[in-house]
Amino acid sequence: MNRWDVLVEVSPRAEIADPAGTTIERALAALGFAGVSGVRVGKAIRMEVTAADMSEARSVTEQMCDRLLANPVIEDARIELRAVAQDHSP
Amino acid sequence: MSVPINVTVGVVQFPGTNCDLDTLDALAELGAGTALLRSDETSLSGVDAVVIPGGFAHGDYLRTGAIARFSPIMDAVASFAGAGGPVVGICNGFQVLTEAGLLPGALRPNAGLAFRCQPQRLIMASVSHVLGHGLSPSDELSIPINHFEGNYVCDSGTLQRLRENGQVVMRYVANPNGSVDDIAGICNGAGNVVGLMPHPERATTELLGSADGRKLLEALLYAAASTRQVVGHHAA
Repeated sequence: MNRWDVLVEVSPRAEIADPAGTTIERALAALGFAGVSGVRVGKAIRMEVTAADMSEARSVTEQMCDRLLANPVIEDARIELRAVAQDHSP
Repeated sequence: MSVPINVTVGVVQFPGTNCDLDTLDALAELGAGTALLRSDETSLSGVDAVVIPGGFAHGDYLRTGAIARFSPIMDAVASFAGAGGPVVGICNGFQVLTEAGLLPGALRPNAGLAFRCQPQRLIMASVSHVLGHGLSPSDELSIPINHFEGNYVCDSGTLQRLRENGQVVMRYVANPNGSVDDIAGICNGAGNVVGLMPHPERATTELLGSADGRKLLEALLYAAASTRQVVGHHAA
């Protein structure tokens, strides 16, 4: 079994209004940051997953997203996987 | 209307629920029997209707209702709803019912990120559901709201179905949260599961500013009495 650093990024779907994103976008403009658009606010969920290989790690994380981490009615989930660096020190 | 006798309403209490006792009191005041149902129980103990009250179930961590929907009691609530039993979710309870898939759509943070705690004028849109008895479409009610995430959203196909099937229960007169089509409450296709953002248990006497909430709670007791005769005693 191997360990994987998993990052799940949950964000409101494109067609869903994002009041937090809108508010931040207005605040940035008020501070003088011109040319900022498309601000969206989501969540980053980090965890470590033990699985036989990367595809199993991805598949089990997808199940977590479907059942709990994201609500498909309003949110999209993006998954990033990275093998945990092995410690080779003596 | 006369209050149906021998009706018992169960009120679900999750860790973080905070409107459970107000709801129990309001129902008892109307003459109903009441039962507090802990979220880790697996049985509804034979109640005739279920209310999922307001609050912050499981801290609303991740999303409102996201953790609560996996509580043991929710399997019993889903079976009860599937058998036609009356189920009403108020505020956080509405959010739990959408997360559980018992009602379509979802509740998002209010437009402008404004927490809204105020008396709210509402128009009944449909009365073909368990909160409709004794009311007529276009009746106006004043009932308080108290929420940060009451911005109801659903896809356009779902919205069209809700409108066509009379599943929009009530609308805001002046939309406080940006919800689609001014929706304040909806029901499922059968009308036995209702979710609404306003708090009828906080509008049960003129002393509180409005007694309009009584009309909805009395309708629930009527529905509980009449569905019991059809569905029979629930084993759930």
